[in-house]
Amino acid sequence: MSDLLERRAVVKRLVANRRDLLVVAGLGSTAYDLFAAGDHPANFYLWGAMGGAAMIGLGLALAQPAKPVLVVTGDGEQLMGMGGLATIGAQRPANLSVVVIDNERFGETGLQRSHTAYGADLAGVAKACGFGWTREIRAETQLGELVDRLHAKAGPSFAVVKVAPVNPPRVLPARDGVYVKNRFRESLGLGVN
Amino acid sequence: MAAADWPDEIYDLLKQAGVKQVAYVPDAGHARLIERVHADNDMKAVVLTTEEEGVALCCGAWLGGERAVLLMQSSGVGNCINMLSLVENCRFPLLALITMRGEWGEFNQWQEPMSRATQPSLELMGVTVYRADRAEDVTETVAAALDTAFRSDQAVAVLLGQRLIGRKEWTKPHE
Repeated sequence: MSDLLERRAVVKRLVANRRDLLVVAGLGSTAYDLFAAGDHPANFYLWGAMGGAAMIGLGLALAQPAKPVLVVTGDGEQLMGMGGLATIGAQRPANLSVVVIDNERFGETGLQRSHTAYGADLAGVAKACGFGWTREIRAETQLGELVDRLHAKAGPSFAVVKVAPVNPPRVLPARDGVYVKNRFRESLGLGVN
Repeated sequence: MAAADWPDEIYDLLKQAGVKQVAYVPDAGHARLIERVHADNDMKAVVLTTEEEGVALCCGAWLGGERAVLLMQSSGVGNCINMLSLVENCRFPLLALITMRGEWGEFNQWQEPMSRATQPSLELMGVTVYRADRAEDVTETVAAALDTAFRSDQAVAVLLGQRLIGRKEWTKPHE
């Protein structure tokens, strides 16, 4: 256990020098991780819509091709939306990265083992679906390449980052979706109806 | 107007409204529209593995400043239910154009249960439902739905009746 990465530190590293990065966070722990790394108007936090994070990222990436888009989500969330990896593979948006923070558990509901604990290989699925760059990351020394990749616009890119199966203390972002949506759009210079 | 022109009219309306992303699980009733979208370099045609992906995609498109529309047949509505929570909680605009099966001269009874549940389940999830059963009503209905969705930030579905699309020819008559 002790040699596994710590999720909060990983997500903090992904957004530490974010520049124009647009970020969608899947429900549960990854939304808390992103908020704990520092709130930002270009963060879109989910509190539901399980299985939808990567597809929100795809719609956003197609709409904003000049900006890098990061979807950071959990293994359970991505497993529920696995078909979406094939949909992204069919579009191949260069500016989209999906990073699965994989603790091999359903963290919100009592840390029950997920499919990745039983051998499901999400990076292998992404590769088979057409993601040109895929990695399974277990060491801090591999994170630098991933951070560079987020801004390279040579994707779609996909990484599984294996992390310790623990729940850090919850740090809760806003749950009001209208607020989070409007703040995100305003940060892109888009109007509010 | 020929009855089969209505898919081209929908395409023209989507163009006029500035729709840039069109997500779909194919349906025979949408085949012509899907072809038109694929042939248009200014539109992105996004084929889905399941309809709920399209709900999430449309929301992401709006976050990034683009209008998106979702095409499916009625059986796909059941796949969308929980994802519609995203639309309501964030008050995203949503426009779904849904071709109906299981309601008019249907051959395949497996289409019937979800057909009957289509409109009530959409309404239970807060989606406003419009309907067109005649070719001459399609343009006005879709135009109104575009305004309601994208100007009023509402979730709208347009049900395109199976009578409009025509009965599916499964076998030769009297075979």
